[in-house]
Amino acid sequence: MVELNALSACDGLLPVEHGRLTLREETLGAITSLAPFKGQGKALSAALQAAHGVGFPAPNRMEVSGDVACVWTGRDQAFLLGPQPDAGLGAMAAVTDQSDAWAVVLLSGEGAEDVLARLVPVDLRPAAFPLHAAVRTELGHMAVSIMRIEAGLRIMAFRSMAATLVHELSDAMAAVEARRRLS
Amino acid sequence: MRIPCPICGTRDRREFYYQGAASMLDRPAAEAPLEVWHDYLHLRDNPAGGTRDLWYHASGCGSWLVVERDTVTHEVLGAALVEACDAD
Amino acid sequence: MRIDGKGRVDRTRPVTYSFDGVTRTGLAGDTLASALMAEGELLLGRSFKYHRPRGVLTAGSEEPNALVTVRTGAQADPNTRATVQELYEGLTAVSQNRWPSLDFDLLAVNNLAAPFLGAGFYYKTFMWPKAFWEKLYEPMIRRAAGLGALSGAHDPDRYERAFAFCDVLVIGGGPAGLMAAWAAAKTGADVILCCEEPEPGGRLLSEDEQIEGRPALDWVQETVALLATRDNVRIMTRTTVTGAFDQGTYGALERVAGHLPEADGLPLECFWRIAARRAVLAAGALERHVAFRDNDRPGVMMAGAMRAYLHRWGVVPGQSVAVFGNNDDAHRTARDMAHAGVDVVALIDSRHDAENRAGDVPFYPGWQVARAHGGKALEAITLRAPNGRHEKLAVQGLGVSGGWNPSVHLTCHTGARPVWRDDIAAFVPRDGAVPGLSVAGAARGTFDTSGCLRDGAEAGLEAAQALGFSGALPHLPQADASPYRLRRLWAVAGKGRAWLDFQNDVTVKDVKQAAAENYVSVEHMKRYTTQGMATDQGKSSNVAALAILADATGRDIPETGTTTFRPPYSPVAIAALGAGAQGMGFAPQRFTTSHKASVAMGAPMIEAGLWYRPSYFPRKGETHWRHSCDREVTMVREAVGICDVSTLGKIDLQGRDVGAFLDFVYTNTFSTLKPGRVRYGLMLREDGHVMDDGTTARLSDKHWVMTTTTAAAGEVMRHLDWVKQAFCREMDVRFISVTEQWAQFAVAGPNSRALLNGLLDSPVDDESFPFMQCGPVTVGGVEARLFRISFSGEYAYELAVPARYGASLFDLLVARAEGMGGGAYGMEALNVLRIEKGHITHSEIHGRVTAFDIGFARMVSGKKDCIGKALAARPGLNEDREELVGLRPVSAGHLIAGGHLFGEGAEPVSANDQGYVTSVGYSPAMGCDLGLGFLRNGRARHGEKLRLVDHLRGVDIVVQVTDPVAFDPEGGRLRG
Ligand SMILES: [Zn+2]
Repeated sequence: MVELNALSACDGLLPVEHGRLTLREETLGAITSLAPFKGQGKALSAALQAAHGVGFPAPNRMEVSGDVACVWTGRDQAFLLGPQPDAGLGAMAAVTDQSDAWAVVLLSGEGAEDVLARLVPVDLRPAAFPLHAAVRTELGHMAVSIMRIEAGLRIMAFRSMAATLVHELSDAMAAVEARRRLS
Repeated sequence: MRIPCPICGTRDRREFYYQGAASMLDRPAAEAPLEVWHDYLHLRDNPAGGTRDLWYHASGCGSWLVVERDTVTHEVLGAALVEACDAD
Repeated sequence: MRIDGKGRVDRTRPVTYSFDGVTRTGLAGDTLASALMAEGELLLGRSFKYHRPRGVLTAGSEEPNALVTVRTGAQADPNTRATVQELYEGLTAVSQNRWPSLDFDLLAVNNLAAPFLGAGFYYKTFMWPKAFWEKLYEPMIRRAAGLGALSGAHDPDRYERAFAFCDVLVIGGGPAGLMAAWAAAKTGADVILCCEEPEPGGRLLSEDEQIEGRPALDWVQETVALLATRDNVRIMTRTTVTGAFDQGTYGALERVAGHLPEADGLPLECFWRIAARRAVLAAGALERHVAFRDNDRPGVMMAGAMRAYLHRWGVVPGQSVAVFGNNDDAHRTARDMAHAGVDVVALIDSRHDAENRAGDVPFYPGWQVARAHGGKALEAITLRAPNGRHEKLAVQGLGVSGGWNPSVHLTCHTGARPVWRDDIAAFVPRDGAVPGLSVAGAARGTFDTSGCLRDGAEAGLEAAQALGFSGALPHLPQADASPYRLRRLWAVAGKGRAWLDFQNDVTVKDVKQAAAENYVSVEHMKRYTTQGMATDQGKSSNVAALAILADATGRDIPETGTTTFRPPYSPVAIAALGAGAQGMGFAPQRFTTSHKASVAMGAPMIEAGLWYRPSYFPRKGETHWRHSCDREVTMVREAVGICDVSTLGKIDLQGRDVGAFLDFVYTNTFSTLKPGRVRYGLMLREDGHVMDDGTTARLSDKHWVMTTTTAAAGEVMRHLDWVKQAFCREMDVRFISVTEQWAQFAVAGPNSRALLNGLLDSPVDDESFPFMQCGPVTVGGVEARLFRISFSGEYAYELAVPARYGASLFDLLVARAEGMGGGAYGMEALNVLRIEKGHITHSEIHGRVTAFDIGFARMVSGKKDCIGKALAARPGLNEDREELVGLRPVSAGHLIAGGHLFGEGAEPVSANDQGYVTSVGYSPAMGCDLGLGFLRNGRARHGEKLRLVDHLRGVDIVVQVTDPVAFDPEGGRLRG
């Protein structure tokens, strides 16, 4: 039997540090998109709660329970982050494996919001974007999903764009750090 | 320009794709006369004032919206989903 | 010259800089303009058209004259206003628009030719003969005119863009702006205060005023300190709000490192996009000049600017000065200059009933300045008494005030026009001009400090209250409340040239001449004379020019109207506007999982949309891309080839109505497809033209996966969302892109099954996996998907694994293929393989072709409706069309894509055009070039000989028309 080796999306690109700011790749386990079928939203949320301890999130939010999270990613759509999805969910929702489709990075440290303010047209300051808030937006020209977790700001972008994602973030981190040195 | 997406909230115009007049929603029946189809495809009002346009929240939730705005004052008067979310 | 005890410069910190190659010394806190003035240098530039000597006119960003180039080489920044360029150690600046030197400029002869260079001279002089324009006139004008020059080298500086959000944006850091920010901040609203200068204070920095009985700047400092302690306030200095856009979006330019000797990783400038729920415009007012003969001599400046140079930088233009105005504010300059010990030889007020408010200075009520004397510096002025008598006074500096124009610019950026206020003879903002923007202080015509403070407090509080915040009006400090009275005076009558627009050299006579030639619309006058069209946009001259136009045409000013105010308020470098989009920021790069391996194999990469794909994989001894391409094509036809096809769009569809949905988006029927099978589909746009094509596989009863072309993946996704949400609301369908989830590889060629069976955990055969079959397989225990589909026309599969295994699988596939006489193949070979088979790409379905054109009319099912069906049937889309054909050369020479087809005996002109070539490639199997193209009624013309001509590339050969499918027309190979 042959053997296939796995590589992460940001293999060889991360971590990156600029002063107090750090960017590293996250390994989330499985990423599964859940899109409840017609009229199945509540049933799906209940089944999710029973199987994984999180409900189906409201728009711009994520539900978190321990290592499991369910983050809103679009109209009638959320990503279950962490566990393999319970087999029963398929009766209520389109269940699609997205585990390999995303580059997942965590931006942390003082000034992380200032870094994203150079790239993202959404207010991500804590007052407007508190813990477990989540948005679909763009970072530069890349479609992204951004969420605030305890450890910092998590950014998910298409796997194929990992190099550009890291480059753009790293560049903005350096610029924010240069401003901090000035002040 | 900022557009109030009913799902995501008010967002910068760059997240949206512009399509054109909301009359594209009134698709004729398959067997409608060719003239009706021609009107549907080609004829557009060009109002000075209130207008209804289709925008797609491409970098957001993926919804198609009808955005009402005023071409004279630049005001955006509101936005509605072309189709309500139907999971609930 | 520098005045002791005045100014906010640091006299203990000298700063060395150079101007026109001469090393000089200024003080920390100086601008380039103030440092030069301290040394008696008043000549800073030459004008655009006549190359007249010009000096500093203002003390701010509205400056028309003192434009210089700062820094050197690729970093040179032309047209920088010396009045805002802060001095730093090592600053290098040179003057512009002069040759050989600022002091001696040969093109000043233009000045002598002035009678021929008046309004509209470009249009009159250079009209005929027509042929002279391109070769003679334009290059000549370009050489003679123009201000600073770009280096022509790539700009190495960093520029930045950023987004900001706030409840209340306050534009301007003067008394009104500070009060507005304070009033709004106290309610808890999130406030951004943008201030153009290096520090807040606005006009108070330039005045000798008291607030609450103490120096006004103490109050400024205390207020700024209060604001700075609050989390809900952000003060942005050196930041000019340059434009007001829709729904509370504002553009702002921040000058980040332009005042520093070393950038140290900082951007030179940052362009901010600020989304504000409400905004307060407190941008102040700009002083305007009075036109009189030779009013452009260096040493003549705005009265308010003269005061600013005294109070901010402790410099004056000379030992003796005069002040000329039509309003009370001008008197302050005379008063302050006299207090500072400067010899004020005259205060001239054009109002005969004016009272002297300047103290002990010679006062000339009802007099006017009729002329300035001197060349490169002001030497004297001629005064004219009410009775017409003239008197000449020697002076080195003259401060002039024609009154103040509220800075209404931003209120007009979305189309509103300002309104005229007769009492202050100025335009003020129209109420509600920009939704959510209110105006306070001098920007709305409130000129006294006390009024500005009150205005600001009220506007700031009101803005916050409108958003639901509550609070009370803050304490209003005691401040100057002197009235501002004026009587309008635009131009002093007399002979000679009286200047309006200094940068574009427009005179009072030019405006009158435009009116005489019937350019009576203000927009026509502007373009005919170029009034207000320079980099300063006529900030100190437009109102006077239109007042003169109004007078010349017998209309009043409101009736004459203003020209349009457009963003930006002050110049913004394209580099700043486009910041973030240079280099890698221009567009994301999408890399496949096989990218690194392909590069390591020496493959040149080619862009396909945002993706990078290998063109070919050169091997030892191959010296031309065709060697590699021919070898790779032959390899696929005779052994086995591996190609990464992950870039194709992949869309996962689930739900009980997917079949019906696909029937509606594809022309052909999908609902009848059995699980485990794959079908080719064609999508139309609603206008009946082809949008995209691809295969869709039914993985199970309710689970499908669609492929799109690489080019149209995004468009198809958007289209599916549109069709579902607009027309298929009753259907239960969900879909999501899985393009990134799967790394997918074509394994093509006679040995493909053998290769796969060496990898798959369970082998496949033709019975379990016939042509157009799909199903799950495992590779080394990894769950994968196998599709028996073929773009190459060969016996072939596509194998998909989760992307994390892509790199590993690619290595494995290529190694196995090489062991079987095959290997990796790139886009060039892929292209040849599909041309041999007559398979189309977006080279063929380029947006103007129908299903009929490509021979797929029968794929439009008659049994159901679909997007594009009704309009695909309209007249003109189904007869007498250019149809897809194959082409082969008959004469010597190569086929060329883009070439056009003509009858063999016809002249190759557009009237005889029969069609065009879309794709070409050399087929090793056929031993010749093969092409695809579109030919009028082409399907009926197989066998015909035509002329293929490309005028641009000099191609003219004879070709034969064939069926599009050149290789294996029966398709026996792909079925095995
Ligand atoms: Zn949205």
